[in-house]
Amino acid sequence: MEKPSVPLTFAKAFVITAISISIVVPLLVVVSTSLASAEQIRDAGGYVLFPTDPTLEAYRTIFSSPLVFRSLGVSAFVTVVGTLLALFVTICMAYALSRPVLGGKFMLMAVILTLFFSPGLIPMFLMVKQLGLLNSIWSLILPTVFVGFNFIVMRSFFMGIPSELIEAARIDGASDFRILRTVVLPLSKAVIAVIGLFYAVGFWNAFFNAMLYISDQSLWPIQMILRSYVIQGSSLTADQLGVQQAPPPQSIKMAVVVVALAPIITVYPFLQKYFSKGVITGAIKG
Amino acid sequence: MDAPAPEPLDARRRPRASLRSRLRRDWQMLVLMIPGALALLLFFYIPILGNVIAFQDYYPYYSIWEAPFVGLEKFVELVQDDRFLLSLRNTLVYAAFQLVLFFPLPILLALIVDSMVSPRLRKAFQSIVYLPHFLSWVLVIALFQQMLGGAGFINQFLVSHGWDPIPFMTNSDTFALLIVGEIAWKDTGWGMIIFLAALASIDPSLYESAAADGAGRFRRAWHITLPGMRPVIVLLLILNLGNILTVGFEQFILQRDAVGADTAEVLDTYSYYTGVIGGDWSMGAAAGLAKGIVGTVLVLIANKIAHMLGEDGIYRGRPQ
Repeated sequence: MEKPSVPLTFAKAFVITAISISIVVPLLVVVSTSLASAEQIRDAGGYVLFPTDPTLEAYRTIFSSPLVFRSLGVSAFVTVVGTLLALFVTICMAYALSRPVLGGKFMLMAVILTLFFSPGLIPMFLMVKQLGLLNSIWSLILPTVFVGFNFIVMRSFFMGIPSELIEAARIDGASDFRILRTVVLPLSKAVIAVIGLFYAVGFWNAFFNAMLYISDQSLWPIQMILRSYVIQGSSLTADQLGVQQAPPPQSIKMAVVVVALAPIITVYPFLQKYFSKGVITGAIKG
Repeated sequence: MDAPAPEPLDARRRPRASLRSRLRRDWQMLVLMIPGALALLLFFYIPILGNVIAFQDYYPYYSIWEAPFVGLEKFVELVQDDRFLLSLRNTLVYAAFQLVLFFPLPILLALIVDSMVSPRLRKAFQSIVYLPHFLSWVLVIALFQQMLGGAGFINQFLVSHGWDPIPFMTNSDTFALLIVGEIAWKDTGWGMIIFLAALASIDPSLYESAAADGAGRFRRAWHITLPGMRPVIVLLLILNLGNILTVGFEQFILQRDAVGADTAEVLDTYSYYTGVIGGDWSMGAAAGLAKGIVGTVLVLIANKIAHMLGEDGIYRGRPQ
């Protein structure tokens, strides 16, 4: 092929650099500011790119605040329990529907429909209320315990497992439960990791359900704290006592952002290599 | 794109076994379906039926069985309600902005990334652009606020250099651009994955022979790259049309305080404030239902058009 044209190459390099900076710099500023001392933040006018003498004071403060600490507990519980439960439900359904079984076509249609419709906010709210889940931590888990997109990725993967393997196991007398446990699951670690990540991220990030179903502050997940504390700038004690007080100092706000961000950034590198595969199977075969 | 997995040739496929023997054979599989079926029933199908309250005068002191039916009265009330009309208009404006300004971005970025020569640089860039997709909306808006807000990073910089601050986050006139900017920041990279896959599936020998025939860079892009991506583009366009009225509930509710309710009211927030906050459950449900029906009709129309243009759309299976 011919040589790449120079202006085009420069334009591309510019776009790529600009996008990278727009993503990396905000994250860097947030982390740096959360570590900076109050004096440095004041001198710099609010934000710090490189903290000169890093301090963990802000983190000490938020972890000693019962509201923030509890919210992290709520989010961690919802994420761990929700992901395990969601994986269980999804794997069972995906395996059952990856083979031709009685009623399989009907069930598959029933799942596919969830991709195109949504029952709507009000009926969902009334359902959750009817089940007595308002102000219960389960309202953050159960309504999203089965996500159609994740099911489809999982099912396409299971359908790719050679049926000879499954037939062989069946001839050896293995039941379906046993085949799932001893043949299918060990072959599916990669897809389970990806779907587990998708679910986990979803549960950790869930804000909307919490806003809808949880009014009791002691059950707030971290995203709710982030909203009232960082976006709306209300101070913790003001939230707890119902009185107006000074908004939280900059470093503390940034520390809350970092705490909400940290789990995502931590698992991200490990699962990154599977992304494109998972997304593409889901989108194309869906 | 990889080829579709072949239907497993399963011994169970023997035709016409009696129901009884099929039940005996498949009972474990049926048991495996129970948790999922229960979740679907409780959090999808029963709530869908719950939309019946859009045709009732439902208030929480009734049970759903006792509430009086009022037919289409709530929908008539909706079209006479200024707030609903406002939210409808806003929704359409934001949807149009998203479709026109955001939809092409992942395609363009995929073209750029696909032409990146160094695999290491490409990998590094991909790791960076995928990341924001995994951040919650609350986090994204918090980050935007810290960067672009009145006392944010950029404005601090402007002020300290003697310029006037720019109200990026609170100007209701440019709110649509802010919304698209946030979506672009969060999801352009992620949206690109599928187009990259489409690009990777184009046969490189096509380019070589076109180049040998004297086709320049742009002719090749026009005659080979774009047709190669077309099925995926059409598919995603249709899926987007279906969701077009879902312009992003969290984004609007989180930024409502900053720009005012008139600017940030969309169909979803209308449903929420009228139903959950205002207690007029039937109106809220009617607004939600209207939105769902319009969205579904849009998908069906778009899919029909795609078929007429010789594309596959969403439900005719893949081209083989």
